[in-house]
Amino acid sequence: MAQIKVEALDKSFGGFHAVKSASFTVEDGQFLCLLGPSGCGKTTTLRMIAGLELPTAGTIRLDDEDVTMNRASARDIAFVFQLFALYPHMNVRRNIGFPLKCEGIGAAETDRRVVEAARILRISHLLDRSVSGLAGGDRQRVALGRAIVRKPKCFLMDEPLGALDTEMREAMIHELRALHDRLGATTVYVTHDQLEAMAMADRIAVMNNGVVEQVASPRDIYDRPASLFVADFIGSPPMNFLPFRGGLQTGAEAIRLGERDVAIPAAREAMAESELVLGVRPEHVRFTDRGMVRGEVYGTEYLGTTQIVTVTTSYGALKARSPSSKSFRTGETVGLDFRPDTLSIFDKASGRAIRTALHEGAAHG
Amino acid sequence: MTSATTAHSVVEPSATTRRFAGSLVILYAIITMIPLVWIMLTAFKSPDDAISYPPKVMFKPSLEGFCNLFTTRSRQTPEFIRSLGPPQGMCDEIARSRNMVVAGPSNYVPRFINSLIIAFGSTVLAVALGTLSAYGFSRFRVPLKDDLLFFILSTRMMPPIAVAIPIYLMYRTVGLSDTRLGMILLYTSVNVSLAVWLLKGFIDEIPREYEEAAMIDGYTRFQAFVKVVLPQATTGIAATAIFCLIFAWNEYAFAVLLTSGNAQTAPPFIPIIIGEGGQDWPAVAAGTTLFLVPIVVFTVLLRKHLLRGITFGAVRK
Repeated sequence: MAQIKVEALDKSFGGFHAVKSASFTVEDGQFLCLLGPSGCGKTTTLRMIAGLELPTAGTIRLDDEDVTMNRASARDIAFVFQLFALYPHMNVRRNIGFPLKCEGIGAAETDRRVVEAARILRISHLLDRSVSGLAGGDRQRVALGRAIVRKPKCFLMDEPLGALDTEMREAMIHELRALHDRLGATTVYVTHDQLEAMAMADRIAVMNNGVVEQVASPRDIYDRPASLFVADFIGSPPMNFLPFRGGLQTGAEAIRLGERDVAIPAAREAMAESELVLGVRPEHVRFTDRGMVRGEVYGTEYLGTTQIVTVTTSYGALKARSPSSKSFRTGETVGLDFRPDTLSIFDKASGRAIRTALHEGAAHG
Repeated sequence: MTSATTAHSVVEPSATTRRFAGSLVILYAIITMIPLVWIMLTAFKSPDDAISYPPKVMFKPSLEGFCNLFTTRSRQTPEFIRSLGPPQGMCDEIARSRNMVVAGPSNYVPRFINSLIIAFGSTVLAVALGTLSAYGFSRFRVPLKDDLLFFILSTRMMPPIAVAIPIYLMYRTVGLSDTRLGMILLYTSVNVSLAVWLLKGFIDEIPREYEEAAMIDGYTRFQAFVKVVLPQATTGIAATAIFCLIFAWNEYAFAVLLTSGNAQTAPPFIPIIIGEGGQDWPAVAAGTTLFLVPIVVFTVLLRKHLLRGITFGAVRK
């Protein structure tokens, strides 16, 4: 097992700058998700770690060894592809044993390790089947089998659940996490699905336009987003943004929003008068007649135990999560206020989150 | 994966429609087969039956065409023929009945062997080179890729005869004219553009994850190409090989201009088989019939691949 250290990694394809100075570290045994919208450079980053692409600049270290320019086969890693990449002309047993054959390991040892991998993944009964007849989930298990049979330094996975249907995906999320807990292998997992990332990862690196916006635990990513992009990308529905103009002094515990003061976590840096954005998660919006923001109920979305209420205000449409038991009429005037200790403040120009008491006790990415 | 479903056939055709379509296909097949059947019939006719008018469909079969194809004969006086011993085999007997004796083997067999060597040699070369460059074009960021591919294709945009004279002069200078090597190189260069374009389509269809997985698992790129890509490209390779072989086997214009005594192939040889008093049609027909055999055998052997390959990778595995 190994630590992966990516430093100032850059990749350009012709005129297209796919990855811009990406840096992060995956500790030994950690499960890191590279999360971002399509085209954000997450797959390119993963392929550079694998050695399938060579970086334009930067270094990649595996256990302190510089492998930046090593060929893929010399890195001792396993890669799981979205389309499984099972060889159609081989059966399950030969597919799983293929990496060992490449390494020139003997038939008896190969067979022992293939059987063991199949047992871990509960596909022992499929070993002599052809891969073309397998269901999606079983194909992905075979692909995982081909990865774990090598006992590599780390696993790299490129949207391995992307081709599965929702039900199979749910099941595989738990299996993958259980497999990771059991093997304790360093894993880098690329996905555009925040639910997958939240459910599996120890740490998440959120990427956008080739830039790593934040690397932190799922909880920190959700509660303390480092940028407007992260706040907007994570969460369903995403964070509400209320633009305002103002300045901040170190230690300030309120901002001026329209006519009224809104309590915020104490500021830990000063900000000159500029365009700022107040960020509020829907579940931190409370309905109260004395609320600082007033608006009209536009509509509700019923989600079972909770409902999402959309309220039209002078700051635009705000979404609030409320218990389903409460009833709202469309057109009704309501007052809203926000849980002060959870609010985020962003600098609109740079998108960066301003440091406040919210970030204390959390590793800031 | 998913089974192939055809998007266009929303409604199954009715039995009547199907029968009508079937009869049309059979009718068309019969019409296209007539010249072929006629050639084969002519091969077994006597010279008189071959040129009789109205043409004979029913006739007494004879192997004279095949005898004349494989032998050269000389005319002798009946006295001389009587002075010889008993005839040496069937062909000698037929020749003597026409006051001739077999003088020796004809050039058909060496020409046929030339055809085999040149056609198969150039096919192997064109497909090998085509597979490698198609893989390169398919997988790597080649500078000016599109221009290069167009340039490769542009070699097929004019009839081969347009370049025959310059090639003749070049070949004469470097000593390649009338050599098998020269013809193999020439047919290879004509076919390689076809091979690159056909095979690029097939290789594009093979997900690159396969070889990337193999490369991560410890193979070099070349090993991954040989052990992972090639087995999956067999359909395309077989289809391409058939197309290349058919071209090289049937090619006439270059063969007429660039070969004569040494490396001449069968196509320029067959039509000039001269018998007594003009063209020996049964011999020409016999030569043509035998000439069809290798290509038919090769195509039948590879037909499973050809049927899938002819859709040019439109059907996913």
